[in-house]
Amino acid sequence: MLRQFVEGTKNLLIGMGVTFRNMLSEPVTFQYPDVKRDMPARYRGRHFLNRDENGLEACVGCSLCSANCPVGCIHVVAAENDPENPVSAGERYAEVYEINLLRCIYCGYCEEACPVDAVVLREHYELADYDRDCYIAEKDDLLVYPEPNRFRHDILGNTIRE
Amino acid sequence: MIDGIFQFIDENTYLLLGIIKAVVIASALLGVVPLLVWLERRLMGRFQVRLGPNRVGPYGLGQPISDSIKLLFKESIIQNSADKFLFHLAPVVVVFTAIVSFAMIPMTGHFEFFDVKMGLWAANVNSGILFVFAISGMGIYGMVLAGLSSNNKYSLMGGLRSSAQMISYELTLGLAALCVIVHTGSLNLVDMVERQSSWPNALNILNPPLMIAFVLFFIAGIAETNRAPFDLPEAEQELVAGFHTEYTGMKFAMFFMGEYINMVTMSALITILFLGGWNSYILPDWAVVGFFVFAFKVSALLCVFIWLRSTFPRIRYDRLMTFGWKFLVPIAIINLFLGAAIRVI
Repeated sequence: MLRQFVEGTKNLLIGMGVTFRNMLSEPVTFQYPDVKRDMPARYRGRHFLNRDENGLEACVGCSLCSANCPVGCIHVVAAENDPENPVSAGERYAEVYEINLLRCIYCGYCEEACPVDAVVLREHYELADYDRDCYIAEKDDLLVYPEPNRFRHDILGNTIRE
Repeated sequence: MIDGIFQFIDENTYLLLGIIKAVVIASALLGVVPLLVWLERRLMGRFQVRLGPNRVGPYGLGQPISDSIKLLFKESIIQNSADKFLFHLAPVVVVFTAIVSFAMIPMTGHFEFFDVKMGLWAANVNSGILFVFAISGMGIYGMVLAGLSSNNKYSLMGGLRSSAQMISYELTLGLAALCVIVHTGSLNLVDMVERQSSWPNALNILNPPLMIAFVLFFIAGIAETNRAPFDLPEAEQELVAGFHTEYTGMKFAMFFMGEYINMVTMSALITILFLGGWNSYILPDWAVVGFFVFAFKVSALLCVFIWLRSTFPRIRYDRLMTFGWKFLVPIAIINLFLGAAIRVI
C-alpha cells in the first residue's frame, strides 16, 4: 500500500517533470502564413511539366501517365511534331495535357510511368482556391514553373535529378 | 443640500466604503478572468510544445477580448424542452456564488487611507472561512440546475457528477482547513494570515500536520473547482461538455467565468491558509508590497493548476470516488487528530 503510494507519487512527479521540460523547449510550431515549411525533396505536391536543356517540352505525348493514373485524372491528346518547328524532342508532342487536381490523389504514379521524366510532382502544397474550374490544370499552368515557394530555384523548371 | 450630502457620507462612511470596495473587488475579479484565460491558453501551449494564441495583439493578449466579443454576439439558443427560468438562472448562480465567495478573501494587511483604517477586502467576518465554504458550496446548485434544466442526458449526467464530486471533496477540503483552524485557533482569515507573520509560526505549510493538510487541500481544491484531472462534470469524451452542453454565447462564457473565479478564490485560500498570505518575510511591511506578494503567490498557484491540467489525464469516475472517500478522507481525519494532538501538547 505504502509502496504503491510512493511509486504513484513518483510517477506523477515524473510526468510533471516531462511537461516542465517541454515548457522550456523550443516550440515546434510553424507560424504558417509567415513561415513556410521546407518540404522534403521528394514531396508530392502540384504537378509540373518539364522542359529539356534546349527549352523544348520534354513530354512526347505517349499517354503512359494517363494509362497509369489510378483515378484517371490525366487527359492527353498527342499530335505530330512539325520537323521545322518542333515542340518536343520526340516525334510527337502533347497537344492537350490536362490534370484534374481535385480528382488527383497525388500518388506519383504518373511521374514513375513517364519514360522521359516530363511530368513531375513538386513541393508546392498551397493548392487552395475559390473556384473549382481553377483546378483543371492545363498545359499553360503546368509548363510554367511559377516562382517556387521560396524553396528550390531552378529557372529552367527541371526537377533536380542526378 | 451639499451639507446634507456630507452629513449622509459622514453617517454612512462604512456603508459607502463597503459598496466601493465591493464594486472594485468584483470588477477587478471579472477583469482577471480574461487574463487568466490568456495565461491558461499560452501556458498550456508551452507545456505542449506549441505557442498558444499569439496573433491578436502583443503576445496574443487581445485573444480573450476578441473571444468575449465573439461570445457576446453569438446567438443564444435555448431548446424548447428546457426549463426556461432555471436555464437562465443557473449561470447566474455560478457567477454570483463565485464572486461573493471572494468577498472574504483579504488581499493585504490593514493600512491607513485618509485617516481611515481599512483593508483590501470586501468584508472581514469573524468566521470568514466558513462563509467562503458555504458560498462556494452553493455553486454546486448552479451546475446541478444547469444539468437539470437543459433536459439533456449528458447535461444531467454532468450535473449529477459535479454534485457527487463536490460533496465528496468538500469533506476533505473542510477537514484539511480544520487543521489550520485548530492550529491558529481562529476562523477569521485575516487572523490566520497575521498568525503567520513572525518566524516561529511563519508559513503554516512548514508545520508537519499542516504540510499533509496542504496537499489534501490542494487536491480537494482542484476537484472543487472542476479542473483537470478532476474535470469529470465536463468530461468532453463522454459527456460532450457536461452540464453546459446546451449553453451558447454569453451564458456559456459565464460558466467559464465562474470556473476561473473559483480557481482564483481557491488559490487565494490556499495562499492564506498555508503560504502566509501577504507576508513576504523579507520585503518591507507595506500594504502595496503585501498586495503584490499575495498576487505573486496566487498566480504561482494558478500556474501550478494549469501545469497539472496539462500533465495529467482525467481519472475514471469510480476511481475519483474511491480516491476521495477511501483515501483522502481517512488521511484527512487522521491528520486532523494528529494536528489537534500536537496543538494540545
